[in-house]
Amino acid sequence: MSDKVLHTEVELAGVTLKNPVMVASGTFGSGEEYSEFVDLNRLGAVVTKGVANVPWPGNPTPRVAEVRSGMLNAIGLQNPGIDVFAERDLPFLEQFDTKVIVNVCGKSTEDYLEVVERLGDEKRVDMLEINISCPNVKEGGIAFGQDPKAVEAITKAVKAKAKQPVIMKLSPNVTDITEMARAAEAGGADVLSLINTLTGMKIDIERQSFVLANKTGGMSGPAVHPIAVRMVYQVANAVKVPIIGMGGIETAEDAIEMMLAGATAVSVGTANFYNPYATMEIVDGIEQYLQRKNIADVRELIGAVR
Amino acid sequence: MAEKVKEKAVVIGQEQIAGGIYSLVLKTRAAQTAVPGQFVSVYCKDQTKLLPRPISICEIDKKEGTLRLVYRVTGKGTGTEEISTLAAGDTIEVLGPLGNGFPLQGERPMLIGGGIGVPPMLELAKALCAGGSRVSSVLGYRSNDLFLKDQFTAYGDVYIATDDGSVGTHGTVVDAIKEQQLDADIIYACGPKPMLRAVKEYAAEKGITCYVSMEERMACGIGACLGCVCQTKDVDHHSHVHNTRICKDGPVFLAEEVEL
Repeated sequence: MSDKVLHTEVELAGVTLKNPVMVASGTFGSGEEYSEFVDLNRLGAVVTKGVANVPWPGNPTPRVAEVRSGMLNAIGLQNPGIDVFAERDLPFLEQFDTKVIVNVCGKSTEDYLEVVERLGDEKRVDMLEINISCPNVKEGGIAFGQDPKAVEAITKAVKAKAKQPVIMKLSPNVTDITEMARAAEAGGADVLSLINTLTGMKIDIERQSFVLANKTGGMSGPAVHPIAVRMVYQVANAVKVPIIGMGGIETAEDAIEMMLAGATAVSVGTANFYNPYATMEIVDGIEQYLQRKNIADVRELIGAVR
Repeated sequence: MAEKVKEKAVVIGQEQIAGGIYSLVLKTRAAQTAVPGQFVSVYCKDQTKLLPRPISICEIDKKEGTLRLVYRVTGKGTGTEEISTLAAGDTIEVLGPLGNGFPLQGERPMLIGGGIGVPPMLELAKALCAGGSRVSSVLGYRSNDLFLKDQFTAYGDVYIATDDGSVGTHGTVVDAIKEQQLDADIIYACGPKPMLRAVKEYAAEKGITCYVSMEERMACGIGACLGCVCQTKDVDHHSHVHNTRICKDGPVFLAEEVEL
């Protein structure tokens, strides 16, 4: 092929990623399990599973269910809390030449702020992603993400304490996602990520009961991709801050589509579960596409379809 | 830790061995490192079925480089139904070996399998027998469709319990153990949760160390998604709560460590 140097770097709020491919929070742990399959050094960033101020036990099982071309999950943000995360997971991630984005969850504004402040002096943390869109927990999570006033307020509160750039992760379970995007931008968000999962339900007709113990779960996987592309496109047209696009990305083609719709970077989520090599295939596939289309800089893709 | 690979395995052969129960032999690199009690993730060709099917390893043949999987077809249009149509020469994506496997202990081990929990006990019986243990197996079935039973006899005494009383003890595996007054210095069990609960209780009463192999709906199969947890007595090492990962930290646990 061509021996031209491809420019694959993208920038999010002053943080340069070596390529636009990251992983979606909750699908990759803190990277350790997937390091047996992929070279974490080749990722633009690792986004960790949500971390709270204290350990969270998560929901009862069954926590996952398969649906056509997708899955439902209601893990409920099981996590070891910030202390264990900082002692164990951050040193693990430090071994790799990739950016580290910590996803932060909480039941109250104070919970979020405690984690944000705690991570303020962590040089190993490049950015924070604030989860105001988890559909599987009763308190916190989505409760902060479905009302524009609440979105703006939590964003402002986090921005006042955060020392790293702040990504607000938006829920698709709203009437107009651009309203939430504008509210986050007004609150000072540096970057937006979308979409979190869509609330779904599966019923076992033999047992005549819910498949998930939580009754509802967040739907993800290739079936939601067109919805995510539409929402990224809408948000890109509504705000000036950069967007991390996610939702059903399983191939380089999906990732490119998301960038053309307006995403500066993309996150691979559910695909990791059924293809642990998905991220590497997407990194390679984007480069091949750029060469084939004679595009020198991946940034030319961002929002190119208007 | 055993090396995990996701690769296209070649089907050596497949046969139906009982109502809804299939035996599939695959040539895969996973056979080289697999141990009794581990499982593999099997992926469907139907791309609308995203998640792998976790299936326990029934037999390992390192010389031939093959794994035997014995599984139940769970219904019409399911992933396991698709897998049951595979024939010699076909290929199928497999990831494994996964999970921890059984520790090989005891001079007089008792292996207890119930229903589709019977298959993983076969490789364990073989390994313990090869190590010089005097194995006894207690197998529970719904009726007289006693799949794999004859193969267990090669590794020691076999006792049967059936739900309908058509063969052996009419009742549960624990009923059979009591009826036959069986004794052991260690117990290994795999089967439905009520069975595991009863076996755990029996082992605790008798003061016998007991390992159970657990089952739960899985997504990633490698410990990242936290979908397949079970409750633990003590704080788990990964999330520091009381929920441990079956796919990664199990599926085999000391019975006293997990809530059943």
